[in-house]
Amino acid sequence: MSEKVYARNVEALKNGTVIDHIPAGLGLRILDLFELTSYGERVTVGLNLSSGHMGNKDLIKVENLVLTEGQANELALLAPKCTVSVIENFEVVRKQKLAIPAEVTDLFACPNSNCVSHVEPVQSHFSVRVTEHDTKMKCKYCEKVFSKDIVVAVR
Amino acid sequence: MPNPLYRKHIISIPDFSRAEMELVVETAARLKANPRADLLQGRLIATCFFEPSTRTRLSFETAVQRLGGTVIGFSDAASTSTKKGETLADTVRIISSYTDAIVMRHPKEGAARVASEFSAVPIINGGDGANQHPSQTLLDLFTLRETQGRLDNLTVAFVGDLKYGRTVHSLAQALSLFGAKFYFVGPEALAMPDYLCEELDERGISYTIASTIEEVIPHIDILYMTRVQRERFDEAEYQKIQGQFVLRADMLRNARPNMKILHPLPRVDEIATDVDATPHAYYFEQAKNGVYARQALLSLVLNETV
Repeated sequence: MSEKVYARNVEALKNGTVIDHIPAGLGLRILDLFELTSYGERVTVGLNLSSGHMGNKDLIKVENLVLTEGQANELALLAPKCTVSVIENFEVVRKQKLAIPAEVTDLFACPNSNCVSHVEPVQSHFSVRVTEHDTKMKCKYCEKVFSKDIVVAVR
Repeated sequence: MPNPLYRKHIISIPDFSRAEMELVVETAARLKANPRADLLQGRLIATCFFEPSTRTRLSFETAVQRLGGTVIGFSDAASTSTKKGETLADTVRIISSYTDAIVMRHPKEGAARVASEFSAVPIINGGDGANQHPSQTLLDLFTLRETQGRLDNLTVAFVGDLKYGRTVHSLAQALSLFGAKFYFVGPEALAMPDYLCEELDERGISYTIASTIEEVIPHIDILYMTRVQRERFDEAEYQKIQGQFVLRADMLRNARPNMKILHPLPRVDEIATDVDATPHAYYFEQAKNGVYARQALLSLVLNETV
């Protein structure tokens, strides 16, 4: 399916944000992690849409919402190649830059089941370090270091 | 100006600068040479052991009392409100309102860090699960300085369980600030974790993986032995490696005269008892040094100047 055809499948957005090129399967997870349905705004989700270069992809449109810089950076941990477009009056007015954040709080759970953060009234917190081969995340509490892919996969 | 550890939480070795570690070591040496019965006069310290420990708890309690302080606490979570479901955060809030500092051990990793976020008084981590045990590392550093006269540029072999041994990880991290050189000797299944090797690489620390204790003995200042736990292996595997990482007195013939053997204890059979009488054995003195290192920590945390 071409870009134009699938674009007709989801309603055009007047003002808000389009998160596109999400790897298929991650759309609902992003919706959930960033609590995009909690704002009371209209959210349109496309799952397993055809995309020329990436096979299938997911897509999220949220009306009247612009991701904070922090949220956009956190999104970079989950789907570094997705695009975030800010829409005003049906036009893309800018693309938000996604940069891996140095720290991430209260978004992911620690993969270490014996980490105290699971049972105490604290927010999870990871420091993030990009190495040559991998992105590593270190839990502030148990101090364990994980590959980013392991942390983002924990539900 | 107050000393840099005054009123600080003691949670994890990576929180320490080189100068702070040196300060603890120097203070421990001074307290060993000249005992002080006044540094904790009028201070009340809680020792909260949510999981049992013999050496750590008793040496902290000895340290407090030798410095003139008093102790309250528990040695088992079974008799506390943790049993009723109270969070650690609440328990610590309350105990910190009674005391001047809290020494704690807990089975969950990160417990001491959480406690520090809810405590009005300094938290001293006496072990949080498999994570950190900073007072052990500081007593190890003190023992290294005592036996070698320096902390810089030492060659240290770690033997045994390098994967799960928190004492090994913390001491390697600490010594990486002092330009150490390491040998790692142990079963492949219990090798040093990748993240730690990467950390050492980044700091330009040289390490060699060796397969026997004998081959490293002539080259080292410190032989740091640890226990390979039987439960980490199935029986057949254990039989294969058993005996491979055991130190006997006859293996020490080519050791340097200054070489000392350390072990965080308890030992089971990884150091044969005939080693105890050699001039290289230092593990019992090391355990004794635990009291001085803990005295140093408590004194520095609770006094502007020592």
